[in-house]
Amino acid sequence: MHGWSGKILTVNLTERTTAELILPAEVYQRNIGGKGLCGELLFDHFRYVWDDPRLPLAFMTGPLNNTSSPTSGRMTVMSRSPLTGAVCDASVGGRLGTVLKRAGYDGILVTGRSGDWCGLTINESGVALQSAGHLAGFAISDLHARLTTAPGMQSGAHAMVGPAAENGVRYAAIVFDGHYFAGRGGLGLVMAEKRLKFISVSGTLKTDVFDRNELKLAREEIYRLVAASPVLTGDLGLTNYGTGALYDLMRSRRMMPTNNFRQTYFEPAPSMNAYAYKKRYATKKFGCAGCHILCKKVGERGEIIPEFETMSHFSALVGNADLDAVVAANRVCNETGMDTISAAVALATYAEITGLQMTPEVLLKMLEDIACGRNDGALLGQGALRYARESGRPEVAMVSKGLEFPAYDPRGAYGMALAYATSTRGGCHLRAYPVAHEILRKPVATDRFSLSGKARIIKISEDMNAVVDSLTACKFLFFAASLEEYAKALQGVTGMRTSAQELLKAGERIYYRERIMNARNGFTAADDDIPARFFRESGSSSESLRIDPINRSEFLRERAAYYRIRGLDDQGLPTQEKCRELDLPC
Amino acid sequence: MLKLLHKYQEKLVGHGLCEPGKPLVGGVNDTVIWNRPDPLTAELEAIIAALNINSIIFARPTEPFFSILNYHCRRSDAELVPEDTETRTFLHSIPVARSMAAAEIVPLLRKRKGCVVEGHGVIAFGTVSPEQAFVVFSSIIFSAFVKFFVDYAYARHAGVADMAAAEILPDVLAAYDRFLPAEADADLESGAFTEEDDILRAMARAGQATVDARMVDSFFGNISYFAGDTVYISQTGSSLDELEGCIDACPIDNSASTGITASSELVAHRDIYLAGDSRAILHGHPKFSVIMSMLCFEAACENRGKCHIKCDKQRFVADVPVIPGEVGTGPRGLSNTLPPAVHGRRGAIVYGHGVFTVGKKDFRDAFASLSAIEALCRQTYMRIIAGPVQD
Repeated sequence: MHGWSGKILTVNLTERTTAELILPAEVYQRNIGGKGLCGELLFDHFRYVWDDPRLPLAFMTGPLNNTSSPTSGRMTVMSRSPLTGAVCDASVGGRLGTVLKRAGYDGILVTGRSGDWCGLTINESGVALQSAGHLAGFAISDLHARLTTAPGMQSGAHAMVGPAAENGVRYAAIVFDGHYFAGRGGLGLVMAEKRLKFISVSGTLKTDVFDRNELKLAREEIYRLVAASPVLTGDLGLTNYGTGALYDLMRSRRMMPTNNFRQTYFEPAPSMNAYAYKKRYATKKFGCAGCHILCKKVGERGEIIPEFETMSHFSALVGNADLDAVVAANRVCNETGMDTISAAVALATYAEITGLQMTPEVLLKMLEDIACGRNDGALLGQGALRYARESGRPEVAMVSKGLEFPAYDPRGAYGMALAYATSTRGGCHLRAYPVAHEILRKPVATDRFSLSGKARIIKISEDMNAVVDSLTACKFLFFAASLEEYAKALQGVTGMRTSAQELLKAGERIYYRERIMNARNGFTAADDDIPARFFRESGSSSESLRIDPINRSEFLRERAAYYRIRGLDDQGLPTQEKCRELDLPC
Repeated sequence: MLKLLHKYQEKLVGHGLCEPGKPLVGGVNDTVIWNRPDPLTAELEAIIAALNINSIIFARPTEPFFSILNYHCRRSDAELVPEDTETRTFLHSIPVARSMAAAEIVPLLRKRKGCVVEGHGVIAFGTVSPEQAFVVFSSIIFSAFVKFFVDYAYARHAGVADMAAAEILPDVLAAYDRFLPAEADADLESGAFTEEDDILRAMARAGQATVDARMVDSFFGNISYFAGDTVYISQTGSSLDELEGCIDACPIDNSASTGITASSELVAHRDIYLAGDSRAILHGHPKFSVIMSMLCFEAACENRGKCHIKCDKQRFVADVPVIPGEVGTGPRGLSNTLPPAVHGRRGAIVYGHGVFTVGKKDFRDAFASLSAIEALCRQTYMRIIAGPVQD
C-alpha cells in the first residue's frame, strides 16, 4: 500500500503483550485513517464502560501523515468518554502522528489494564512496556523533559497523562509533545485508568507516496488557497495572532459567553485580546509537524499563550479581567493535563451557584483543587453537570450530552445551536463548526440569526470534518481549502481514485457509525439538545444588535429536518434502511 | 430558503448573465425546493440526490457567454483549463458534459464545483448556500470569456487561423457591447471623508457603481478607504453591490483583530496607503484588463507558464503596469508586488486577476481610472487582433 503502512500495533496491558494487526486494504480505503479507523476498530467494543479494561483506547494516524501534504502532522485519539458516556475522539497536533508512521505503524490500539503505571516505547529496537511508577505526580513539562531525554528518544514524540488524570478528573487530557492536547471528554482519564502513563515513539521510515507529482500539484493548490485566506495568513489571522484572533470578533458579534452564558458581552475584552498578549508577552509562533501556519504562540520567556477558547473562558466566562491570570490558569491546566474548556465551565457553574467571585487567586486555587481532587475541586473535576446536579441546579450546567460548551454562544450563531445538539461528542464546536460560515464567511457567509436550511449544512459539515479528522488534516485549513484539493492530495499519496463527493460519502458513513455507537449506549433525541437558558434568556444586546433567545419551535423543526437528512428516526436513532445503505450493522 | 433562491435568480439576471425567467435555482434541506417549476427539475433532482450539496443552479447564459462556452466545448475533450486567477485558485478546471443526463453530470460534479453542458448552459452547486453556486456560475463565465480572447490573440500571433473563433468574433463583440451598460459613469460623492457614516456610504456607492458598470462580478473585487489610523475595507467574499454591514474597520497598528474577516488584500491596501497619499482603493475584474495582462509575446521566455508568480519583465499597458502576484499574503502575494507598482501611478493590473486603482480623496478618480484602464485595454486588444496574422 501507499500512504498507509498497513500495520496497527495492538497492546494488551493486562497480558502485557503486543501484536501487529493487519487490515485489508479496503478497510483502509473505506475508513481513510484517523477518526474513521478508530471508529472501525472500536465499534464492536463500545458497550464497555470507560473504566472496563476491555474498552480500547485508539491512536490512529492518516494516510497523509509523514508526507509533504499540508498540515499532515495530526492524528486522532478515540475511546468512550468518562465525562459523557458518548463517543469521544480528539484530533491532536504535535509530532506523534508523523513519528508513529516513521516507526512503521498506522496506529496503536490499547486494551487491558496494567497492574502498575507503565509506559509504551516504540523505536527501532522494537516495542516495549516499561515501568513508569517513578513518573507519577510529575507536572507535564517535567514529565515531557524526562521522556525526551530518554536514550534514543531525543527526536521522538510523546503522549502522556498528568496529575489531573491520575486524580480522576473526568476531563483529563492526553498531552502530546508537552503542548498539544487531546483535550476534550476525558481521554486522559481512560489512559490513566489503563495505568498507561506515556507513549514514546521514534522512527526513521519513509511513507511510500504513489504519485509525487500529483501530491505536489495538490500541495500547490492548497498553499495558494491558504495564502489567499485572511483568516489563516492575513495580517490579523491565525499565523500572526493564533486562534486568539477570534477573540475580538466574538466580542464584536456579541456572542462571547460571559458569566456562565448569562451574558454575551464582556466589557474588558478589548484589553485582553490577541494584540494585548502579543504586546505583553512578545510572542513568537510555533506549531504542528507539517504545518506552515504555526498558530500556536509562545512568549519570550516561554509562557504558553492560551488558545482562543481558553482566552475567552478564563476571562469572560468566569468574569476575570486579569490577563496574567488567564496565562496562569492556562499553565495550571497544561501542567496538570486537563481540558481548559471543561474546567472553566465547571468553575463558571460553581460561581453561578455559589455566588463566588472568581478573583485571580480564587481561580488558580480552584483549578489546582480540581487537578488534585481536593475540597470542592473533587466534585468539579467530575464535570459541570455532575456538580450542578449534586447542587440541585442541573439547569445551570452549560453542556450538551454532558460536555461543556466552548466559547461560542449559540444565540449569536444559530447553526451553532444545532451543531452543539447533534454532535456525537456533545457540546463541541468542531464537529460542524458553523462559525466558519456564520461568522468567518467561509466558504461564503450565511445568516447567523436563522436556522432555515442549517440542518443540511450541519450534516454536510459533520461529514466533511469526519473526513478531515480521518485524513488526518487540520480543520483550520478548511477555512481556505476544500475536499476538492485534499482528494487530489489523497490520490497522490495513496493512488486511491477518489473525489470530494466520494470522500463526503465516506465521511457520512464514519459519522453515522458514531450515531449507532451512541444509540447503543442509550443516547436519544433527548440528548440532542442544548440548555433551556438559550431558549429563554436574551444575550447582551446593543442599540444596533439584538441577541434574542433562540426560538425553541424553530430549533426542534430544524433538528427534525436534520434527523430526516441524516437518515435517523424521529428519536434520532439509526434506521435499518440507512444502515443498509451505508453497509453498517444497526 | 426560498428568499435566497429568488435573490440569486435575480442576481443572475441583474448582472446580465441570464435572461429573465431562465435560471433554475434549487435549495436543499430535508426536501428540495425550486425558484420556479421546470421540466428539467426532475433530472436536476437526480443530480442532487447523488451529491452531498445544499443548492444548485442551472441556467443558459446570455450572449456572448453562451456562444463562447459552446465554442470551448467543441474544442475540448473533457474540460477547459483557463489560466486566469479565478480558475487557478478556485475552479482548477471546468469540466464539460455533452448532455443534461444526471449519469453524465454527477461524476463531473463529484470532482468540481460546476460544469458546462454543451448546448445547454452551466450547472454549479453549493454546500452551504446558493451564493456558492452563483459565484461558481459567474466565475465559469468570466474565465471562459477571458480564455476565448486570450487564446484567439495568441493563435493569431502564432499564425494559426482559428476560423471557428474568427467566425463568431463579430457577434461575440456585438453581444458584449449589449452586455455592458450604455455609460460606465457614476455619480460618486466628493471627499475627503472623515466620519465613519460618510465613509461607509461612499464605499457602498462606489461598490455598487463598479458592479453596475460590469467591471466586477458581484462577490469578487474589494474596496477600501483610509481615514485617521483606520483602513475601512470590504469583508472577504462580500459583494461590492451589497456592502451594508460588510465593511471592517481595521486599525493600522493591528491593535484589534476584528478585521480577521476583512478582504484578503487588506495588507496590500494598507501598504499602498502607508507608502503614498491615497485615501481610496478600488479593485475590480474588468475583463479586457485581465485579458491584456495575460498577453505577452516575449519569445522564449523562461518564465512562460509561471507569469502569474515569476514574471520579471517591466510590462505596461500604456502607463499602467502589469505585475505578477497571487491573491493574499504569500511570498509571491499581491501584498508584496502591488504596493510598489501602484506608487505614484493611477493603478496597476495584476496578471490574470484584475485592476487596482487609487483615489486621492474619494472614489471618483479611482472609479474613473478603473473605467479608463478597461477602455484602454479593450482598444489595445482590438489593435492587436486587427493586425496581420504573424507567420
